[in-house]
Amino acid sequence: MSIRIDPKLCVGCGACIEACPGNLIKRGANGKAVLKRPEECWGCASCLKECRFKAASYFLGADIGGCGALMQIEKVGDVAHWIIRIAGRAPIDIPVDRRSANKY
Amino acid sequence: MKRDDLRLETLRADILIVGGGAAGCYAAISAARINPDLRILVVEKANVKRSGCLAGGVNAINAYIVEGHTEHEYLEYVRWDAEKIIRDDLVLSMAKRFNETTRDLERMGLVILKDESGNYVSRGKRNIKINGENIKPILASELERYDNICVINHVNVTDLLVDENGVCGAVGFSVNFEAAFVIAARATLVATGGAAGLYRPNNPGFSRHKMWYPPFNTGAGYAMGARIGAEMTSFEMRFVAQRCKDTIAPTGTIALGVGAPEVNVLGETYAFRYGHSTSGRAQGATAEALAGRGPCYLKTVGLSSEQEAELCRAYLNMSPAQTLKWFESGQTPSRCNVEIEGTEPYIVGGHTGSGYWIDTSRRTTLAGLYAAGDVAGGAPKKFVTGAMAEGAIAVETMIDDLASRSEIQSEDLVRVAREKTDEYLRRMTVHDSVYNVFDLEEAMQKTMDVYAGGISAKYRYNDNQLEIAQTRVAELTQMAAALSARDMDEMLRIYELIDRLTVCETVIAHLKARRETRWPGFGVNANYPEKNNEWEFFVNSRRRDGLVEIVTRPLTLGKDWYEHTN
Ligand SMILES: Cc1cc2nc3c(=O)[nH]c(=O)nc-3n(C[C@H](O)[C@H](O)[C@H](O)COP(=O)(O)OP(=O)(O)OC[C@H]3O[C@@H](n4cnc5c(N)ncnc54)[C@H](O)[C@@H]3O)c2cc1C
Ligand code: SF4
Ligand code: SF4
Repeated sequence: MSIRIDPKLCVGCGACIEACPGNLIKRGANGKAVLKRPEECWGCASCLKECRFKAASYFLGADIGGCGALMQIEKVGDVAHWIIRIAGRAPIDIPVDRRSANKY
Repeated sequence: MKRDDLRLETLRADILIVGGGAAGCYAAISAARINPDLRILVVEKANVKRSGCLAGGVNAINAYIVEGHTEHEYLEYVRWDAEKIIRDDLVLSMAKRFNETTRDLERMGLVILKDESGNYVSRGKRNIKINGENIKPILASELERYDNICVINHVNVTDLLVDENGVCGAVGFSVNFEAAFVIAARATLVATGGAAGLYRPNNPGFSRHKMWYPPFNTGAGYAMGARIGAEMTSFEMRFVAQRCKDTIAPTGTIALGVGAPEVNVLGETYAFRYGHSTSGRAQGATAEALAGRGPCYLKTVGLSSEQEAELCRAYLNMSPAQTLKWFESGQTPSRCNVEIEGTEPYIVGGHTGSGYWIDTSRRTTLAGLYAAGDVAGGAPKKFVTGAMAEGAIAVETMIDDLASRSEIQSEDLVRVAREKTDEYLRRMTVHDSVYNVFDLEEAMQKTMDVYAGGISAKYRYNDNQLEIAQTRVAELTQMAAALSARDMDEMLRIYELIDRLTVCETVIAHLKARRETRWPGFGVNANYPEKNNEWEFFVNSRRRDGLVEIVTRPLTLGKDWYEHTN
């Protein structure tokens, strides 16, 4: 269970560093965000929600069934689009509107 | 590193709140509303915007009194679920505030599902439906509305400070830069949540932190109180949750939401064998597997595509790993049943009853110290609204008590904190341990797992095993005292370990003390595998001269008020 930060997309804004409930994300020498110990990630997705540059993505560890898919969030107004990318398939987009409550 | 390299910051407050989670944030808001002149300080190890249990979002308001039902029904439900070991006064006083707390959350911006006539849509007698993804940012922005609330983020509190008048503040350090924080307070609320990571977790390798309870709630509040002799209750009532396999995501959304029953590998329902209490449900999957009928599942095959889509959205709002897992594996719930498993045992006063022994007004047994939320004992099934209600009750008491509380002088403050600030500095300057913090954490989790009733021991333990656990935890505590830190990040990990070890010591003492098995899903005392009605009382503990001393307290059946006496 962890996240990956793409150094090409990260602008070093620090939002994810500020938000992580475990203080796990640090600023690297180049000013960009790094997750020092990926195995310490809880998987809460706070960093994904904070990142406005789509630099952070979420994946499942191989030990819990992960096969390399990556998940990201793109926010459009009140709607968060959770985008799942699985190799060899078109991206899956699951829109979740924060104004509507969970039915279950 | 030299002495001057550890900066010393001193702060003062009328009301200090340690931990800015559900209970801590709402405590601060409630205090500010009562008196805009109070100096209210919230010290949080992460950032209040996304910290603690609520960081990833929650699914529902689990504690609400639905129209036509009463607080007394809630009390009886909690009594039944916890096999009688509850404090009536604590459960009732929080239950009376569930609904006003919910309305307050809605006012702050929480989305709650309503019917055509504007009433909340309920799920059973106690539960209402929300969009809880952003509940923490909502609480955090409410804090900003009050000028007299000061929030200090990224400071990890390690200890409470004590003078002749009781608790007079707290001490901690910045997790980002070399600074110690020494805080003087007239009254201090601990609201640091419960403890995860005491036991070897479900996924001990790469995904070791993919657990249900936040791995960053390390029992700091329990530990800091235990160390200075505060009385604790019910640490033997561990919480083992039944969760989705691997992702450790909640199962209630599926079980209650779409009404999926639990089935064993033969397709039989089995809940009737173990009962429907939280402990019974936790027991089911483990017991069925032991009887050769595992693994167990939530029977979801055949769900409609609308139901499946709703489930996927609901999990993204609180446990996104589950939705990703469904899509990535192609084993979506309409096609494959969802496998379930029991978690590592957690200590969490908001689900079961472990925590500070408090009076009805949320005073601990130490003058100047109050407790609320998952860190407070005696009142299981608090959930979000109960934790918040306790925060509000606690600060009301603190404000009443302030008249009799003085503020420690600056010279005295630095003096009482000296031992700790010297200790921080020593860890940064002396590097002579052969172990690092992760080695010792692994050793602790293995010891607890094998000898104190963890997952691999099928939650069973006996007196001899507990003795072994006790000895090893004591050794590890000594070894942890010698750990050194190269930076503040390592410093944080070291103090998290030290707190966990202190909690482990208390858990072991309590497991040994209760000579019966009251909650078989949470743990089985193999020497005393049955429930025994003679054990209908609280097992409490307090530290005296470095040793955990057990005391027992009678139940408070039918009483709506409790005061500390001795
Ligand atoms: C994954 C999950 C899902 C849940 N879902 C629901 C739900 O759907 N409905 C519901 O009603 N309830 C739910 N709950 C329960 C509810 O979230 C908790 O009961 C409630 O948040 C407890 O509040 P608290 O303030 O005691 O703890 P928390 O909210 O966890 O707050 C504790 C705070 O203390 C901070 N802290 C810890 N140690 C230190 C230290 N040493 N120094 C400074 N700060 C520190 C933490 O960072 C954290 O911010 C859920 C819990 C979890 C874990
Ligand atoms: S998913 Fe949560 S725990 Fe993991 S790095 Fe991001 S914010 Fe931190
Ligand atoms: S929020 Fe995104 S852009 Fe900002 S530091 Fe983090 S990863 Fe980089």
